[in-house]
Amino acid sequence: MGTGSRSVIILEELTAVVLLTLMGAAAIGIARQRNLFGVVMLGGIYSFLMATVLVVLDAVDVAMTEAAVGAGISTVLLLGAIHLTGGTESKPIHRPWLPLFVVAVTGAMLVYGTLGLPAFSDPKAPIHQHVAPRYLTEGPEKTGVPNVVTAVLASYRSFDTLGETFVVFTAGIGVIALLRRRTPRRPREHDQEDRKS
Amino acid sequence: MTLASHFSYWTTILLLMVGLFIVIARDNLIKKLIGLGIFQTAVYLLYIAPGKLIGGVAPIVGSGFAVYSNPLPHVLILTAIVVGVATLALGLALVVRIKEAYGSIDEDEILAIDAQDDASPTPDHEGG
Repeated sequence: MGTGSRSVIILEELTAVVLLTLMGAAAIGIARQRNLFGVVMLGGIYSFLMATVLVVLDAVDVAMTEAAVGAGISTVLLLGAIHLTGGTESKPIHRPWLPLFVVAVTGAMLVYGTLGLPAFSDPKAPIHQHVAPRYLTEGPEKTGVPNVVTAVLASYRSFDTLGETFVVFTAGIGVIALLRRRTPRRPREHDQEDRKS
Repeated sequence: MTLASHFSYWTTILLLMVGLFIVIARDNLIKKLIGLGIFQTAVYLLYIAPGKLIGGVAPIVGSGFAVYSNPLPHVLILTAIVVGVATLALGLALVVRIKEAYGSIDEDEILAIDAQDDASPTPDHEGG
């Protein structure tokens, strides 16, 4: 490798580190912000940062999906829900010490678990030894698709994708069933009861 | 293990924990769903980051390239993103119905209303 590719590698790592740090900042901002509109906007920023990180990590298909679904559809859904339910989170009553403790302990255990994992971008890591090399070498010839992600998604693991469409279909039925009857039943009687009591 | 070699794991864990904290500590149901979303995107990162090879390219086979990043996590996470937005939509629909039935989406207030209803049951409560 020449000096040119060496500087490319440093640039690639630096970009990933900066973007991941920004994502951490956005997530903490979401946790602290109480105006839900601000939270949803920060969520959109977070999703676009995630999409950019995914491009840096060579997952271009996932990045496109995340930008369209995570930053697009999710934001629209959340804005609709805020419109229907009101936009401010009330001040928390409890001090968050117990949740902070639970989160800190869980995080410490997970960090301890990562100490045994292979380093970032280690070509000898098990993930690069098994299954994936076969897809990369045989996939384009067997399926005729140069994009290996598409080949695996639509050919090798197409039943996964079929199952996914079932899940989305079921969720769509659930949403329709929940939101179909939007007018509350007997609102007048209920109000009168409240006034009497 | 150095900071550079494990930075991606540790940022992922930070994001996971921020999401978990929002789910546990925040009372607003929409905020909880957003926290669940953060947790979920952190899991995407947990899958995709180990598949990256520095100096490699995206797994679209072409002449002139020899090193490709691992395509398998990408496929799995594509499925997870779409299922994630489906669950988010279902969760938000539930939140809208809860708002209609209780007039609030704050967990503490909902529990207080439930406790009140248990103490003095009304014959036809609209949420029942």
